[in-house]
Amino acid sequence: MVSPSGEGRGGVIAINEVSKIFPHPDGTEVLALAKADLTVEAGEFVSLIGPSGCGKSTLLRLIAGLETPSSGTLTLDGRIINGPDAERGLVFQNPYLFPWLNVFNNVAFGLKARRVYKQQKHLVSQYLDLVGLGKFGRVYPHHLSGGMAQRASLARAIINQPRVLLLDEPLGALDAFTRMSMQDEILRVRAEEMITMVMVTHDVDEAIYLSDRVVVMTPSPGQVETIITVPFARPRARNTPDFLNLRSQILEILNFAGHLEEPAYQI
Amino acid sequence: MAKLLASTLKRLGDWPPFWPLGQNLAVLAILLTLALEKALPSSGLQPPVERPYFQYFLFLSLGVFLLWPLTGARSPEKKSKFRAKDKFYAMAFLLLGSLNVVAGKMDLLPAIFFPTPDRILAVLVEDFNYLILVCLYSSAKLLVTGFFSGALAGLITGVAIGFSKPAAYWLNPLIKILGPIPPTAWIPIVLVAFPTTWAGAAFLIALSVWFPTSVMTSSGILNVQNAYFEVSSALGAKKVYQIFLVGIPAAMPLIFTGLFSGACASFLTLMTAEMVGVKNGLGWYINWQREMLSYANVYAGLIVIAISFYSLITLFFLVRDRLLVWQKGMIKW
Repeated sequence: MVSPSGEGRGGVIAINEVSKIFPHPDGTEVLALAKADLTVEAGEFVSLIGPSGCGKSTLLRLIAGLETPSSGTLTLDGRIINGPDAERGLVFQNPYLFPWLNVFNNVAFGLKARRVYKQQKHLVSQYLDLVGLGKFGRVYPHHLSGGMAQRASLARAIINQPRVLLLDEPLGALDAFTRMSMQDEILRVRAEEMITMVMVTHDVDEAIYLSDRVVVMTPSPGQVETIITVPFARPRARNTPDFLNLRSQILEILNFAGHLEEPAYQI
Repeated sequence: MAKLLASTLKRLGDWPPFWPLGQNLAVLAILLTLALEKALPSSGLQPPVERPYFQYFLFLSLGVFLLWPLTGARSPEKKSKFRAKDKFYAMAFLLLGSLNVVAGKMDLLPAIFFPTPDRILAVLVEDFNYLILVCLYSSAKLLVTGFFSGALAGLITGVAIGFSKPAAYWLNPLIKILGPIPPTAWIPIVLVAFPTTWAGAAFLIALSVWFPTSVMTSSGILNVQNAYFEVSSALGAKKVYQIFLVGIPAAMPLIFTGLFSGACASFLTLMTAEMVGVKNGLGWYINWQREMLSYANVYAGLIVIAISFYSLITLFFLVRDRLLVWQKGMIKW
């Protein structure tokens, strides 16, 4: 659709020795993320996976600029990330559509905030069509189903044509079937927009189905354990032996790390 | 022609006299009240009125209740709403009729404090110019001035407290201590501190709107989920844009709750201020007429007050429903 420079759209994220320390209410400090190192290439889809407390959401919020690193640097295309910006789109598990705006105006929010609405108004219906909500512009969010709301939230994030799209468990609240169709939706958006995508998930299948690389993270302190390249061509099938092998490989990594005394996970 | 006849017949079918009994009770109640008013002789204790205003009123009501349902003939929803309230209207007319009989025909109530509907209506008609053009206008001017300056001040302090820590630090204690003082308790100070009692009264009304508005605005903004600000900043919204296009809209339901409490408080303050200091307006009028023992005028004043405040609140909720159309499960007025 509106990707003038095609593959050039996606940005390169470089995460360099990034640590994040949060103060705990009892006065101590918690190391939420320890010396994370990761480079996400332009147009790449990377999933961050791991049990709770592994720092995956912290890492995503650091890339979004919603948190500042305690040490280390994060850059997008060589520029230091310093606070949230429209070039890094964000989709949460809860769609957080503005309830006082109808779907059209929710999607148009970014254009208006960046003062380009007049010139780019036509994009709103284009992006509504892209996520299959072309007829729902006048509807208010409380009338939408969970899947529709999440698609609207996706359209709202990508209408800004960000260089990076950050997804924080975007499908976590959806039922299994909606979830699978939304995964294809995300892949379709990616194919059309060629944006770099980083997604936090705790669903191994989802991570393998969507990603070019899966970053497996482990807790206490949160850190990057392994980075696994998913070697399958798209479109992918969810039940090939290779897929299942990779799935158990990732589960094993998580399991070994989390419960050393227990026997390895077998499928 | 046949079509016209059919539609006329269909319309007639919606006409109260043709409804089954039990759906035209209001008309029956009006007819009964009218018959009693005509048939029974008036007692001599109530001063006579120049014209039979109560009968005029009843004939007018009869016309309204016969014709009104026709306006909704095409929308069954409107019609059923009207029919559902039939019993209430009937009861209202019966009560009015009984009051008329008890006070005007049987002399069971002291005539000085309980005037007949005839006399109250006479005041409304004959004193219309003074009541509406002078008193109501004066009250409205005072109320509008006070309400809007108070609402504006409340919004400003509320937004400041909601978004700025220093503002919260300095303003919160002030609001907590000054806010709960009933505005009318300031009257002794306001009377000497302001150049005119009118300005003082406007200030008091503003004060009574300011407190609930600013409390509700600030707590509305502080209760907005942080994720909305995170999402909007990731969409490219800067601080000022977020205040006006995320924080305030999200706080709107609570802001309206504050404005509503403020409006109710402002009515109270307006009446008290008019009775105590401002020598004009509806509050002053009913107090003045009470001193002169003209209770028909007092009731007429109360009726004007009821109608105008009812209209204001209705207008308020119309505006709110327009602005908060996005909200689920709103409280209806």
